[in-house]
Amino acid sequence: MSTPTTSFGREAAAKLARSKNEPAWLVEWREEAGQLASTLPLPKPEKTPIHRWTLDVYGANRPGQAVASTAQLPEAIASLLPAEAKGALIVQHNSAVVYTQLSDELKAKGVVLTSLEEAARTHEDLLRQHLMTAYKRDEHKLAALHAALWNGGVFLYVPRGVEIEEPIQALLFADDAEATFVPHILVIADANSRVSFVENVTSAIGDTETTLLHNGAVEVFAKAGAHVRYAAVHHMEKAAIDVSYRRAVLDNDARIEWIVGDLHEGNTLTDTKSILKGNGSNSDAKIIAVGTGSQRVSLTTQAVHFGRASESDMITRAVMTEEATAIINGITKIEHGATKANGQQTEKVLMLSPKARGDANPILLIDEDDVKAGHAASVGQVNAEQVHYLMSRGIPKTEAERLIIYGFLDPVVSEIPLEGIREQLQRILERKLG
Amino acid sequence: MSSLFEIRGLKSEIEGKEILKGFNLTMQGGEVHAIMGPNGTGKSTLASSIMGHPKYEVTEGEVFLNGEDVLEMEVDERARAGLFLAMQYPSEITGVTNADFLRSAINARRGEGNEISLIKFVRQMEAKMKELEMNPEFMHRYLNEGFSGGEKKRNEILQMLLLEPKLVILDEIDSGLDIDALKIVAAGVNAMRAEDRGFLIITHYQRLLNYIKPDYVHVMMQGRIVKSGGPELAERLEAEGYDWVKEELGIVDETVGQEA
Repeated sequence: MSTPTTSFGREAAAKLARSKNEPAWLVEWREEAGQLASTLPLPKPEKTPIHRWTLDVYGANRPGQAVASTAQLPEAIASLLPAEAKGALIVQHNSAVVYTQLSDELKAKGVVLTSLEEAARTHEDLLRQHLMTAYKRDEHKLAALHAALWNGGVFLYVPRGVEIEEPIQALLFADDAEATFVPHILVIADANSRVSFVENVTSAIGDTETTLLHNGAVEVFAKAGAHVRYAAVHHMEKAAIDVSYRRAVLDNDARIEWIVGDLHEGNTLTDTKSILKGNGSNSDAKIIAVGTGSQRVSLTTQAVHFGRASESDMITRAVMTEEATAIINGITKIEHGATKANGQQTEKVLMLSPKARGDANPILLIDEDDVKAGHAASVGQVNAEQVHYLMSRGIPKTEAERLIIYGFLDPVVSEIPLEGIREQLQRILERKLG
Repeated sequence: MSSLFEIRGLKSEIEGKEILKGFNLTMQGGEVHAIMGPNGTGKSTLASSIMGHPKYEVTEGEVFLNGEDVLEMEVDERARAGLFLAMQYPSEITGVTNADFLRSAINARRGEGNEISLIKFVRQMEAKMKELEMNPEFMHRYLNEGFSGGEKKRNEILQMLLLEPKLVILDEIDSGLDIDALKIVAAGVNAMRAEDRGFLIITHYQRLLNYIKPDYVHVMMQGRIVKSGGPELAERLEAEGYDWVKEELGIVDETVGQEA
């Protein structure tokens, strides 16, 4: 068992990569990232002082035990598997992928589902063309660290024209707070393909003084006419920090649908961005978040339009309880030349206690005349008139408030097209909101 | 035997300003009372104060429903005791469907372990919506969101039909209704008339009273009832306005002093 690294740079990155027998190109690539990590500053999310968070944890390489069937998975993981795990499935346990399941039928169609570590050996070209090109190693310290340290991970390739019915499920699980837990998910949907991907990030580390840092990233490349639906539900414990950068790059007429439940119990920094490169490309992002305790949450959604007649819609709804604070940023950027583009966004925060805080910052950056763009934002508490109205029909106060809070999230939750995810979100919401 | 509903010396204020100045009224089961009066005389304050709206503070007086002092109760308890206020401006609540809302309201009355079955509830709701000629899709729409004024009023009556209260207060249920909708709403109310149920109808106009026949008509001015009579009083008010009442009683300013 390796011990957690306390400082990190070029040498440590190379040493780790070599110890895992990674291909030479990757060792070098990681070395560069390690170098960047030791020089680049942290990102500066709006009004969220992340420099006070415990982000200088690099963890130790603690791969979970690989298994041949789901029955052999540790109980803590098995209990999280979707009941109908008949579709494709990949499981990461701490620092490594321990299980992968893909039907022969999909394999025959050329679909690839493996750990990203494995793909570095088997699909070098595809990896090198895509890996961290949408989320670049030199964006900031966290990106560089991610590049240097990513482990396990998911590589999904869907060939041209292939349509996958059942969602592909990824379960990313940590039960060792000292582990390096840095999954990278790379989805390449080739032209005119269709795929739904569901990612679950969860932990079982209990009350610990050690900080588990999930420094994760997602990159989705939707080629011409491809449709990707990407759902992520994050629900780790208080001792964990969730850093998640999500990026989608859309070619002509490609579409991404983000469905995100940022329901983590600890500090959270997420940034979900669609780059609408292609003409007629389309991005739809729906994000809900619930903050409890003294959690700090920074949620950013972004859409960058390059393509003509490209369209984006972003909706974020956050409920903050107790002393939780949420900073919600929405950035719609329309580049010069993206004529007929349409970018819309809405951010709403509902605060349930006098000590809860929320802030919504909608930003429109438009360098083209012939476009449509709109935004709406609101931050407020449960409306007393509404509570009175429900109570005047005999509904007790706590139930009235519950209806209003769930109602606040419903326009996002009820639109989620995957029933399993919708039910799972509802279960977590009930746990978090009572 | 106690009366169905009794208001004694009710005083109420909003933001420190007294609006109700000693309001008295007694109603027996089966009766329909109408309260009429010009704007600014405290009619809606009366309705809101009885229901317990947080903006209004009752400073004096008592309100009894079947012998129980409702002012001692929380708002939801008042409703479960049988009080119902069809509001002039019902709240819009995003994310809560009409059906979920009404089922919660019904179940709050029935108590835990005795919840209404979904099928039975849906049947009841559908039947009542049909009576009110409401589009079935309103069942799954978010509560009052995007409803027109008339649709909101119908939805208030729908709630009344399903919750079967003992004392119904209709606060300007006729405003914003065209004549057809008015007839439908009136038919809904008339179908609910019963020996053990009372209606208190607050209105500006006599029009509604053509369809819901009141037993008593009261004129409200300066935060209290200043004149009472039978249905003929409403007709005279409609024909002649309120000036004759003011003259008769020597009232110069009938309002409670609100800014005009």
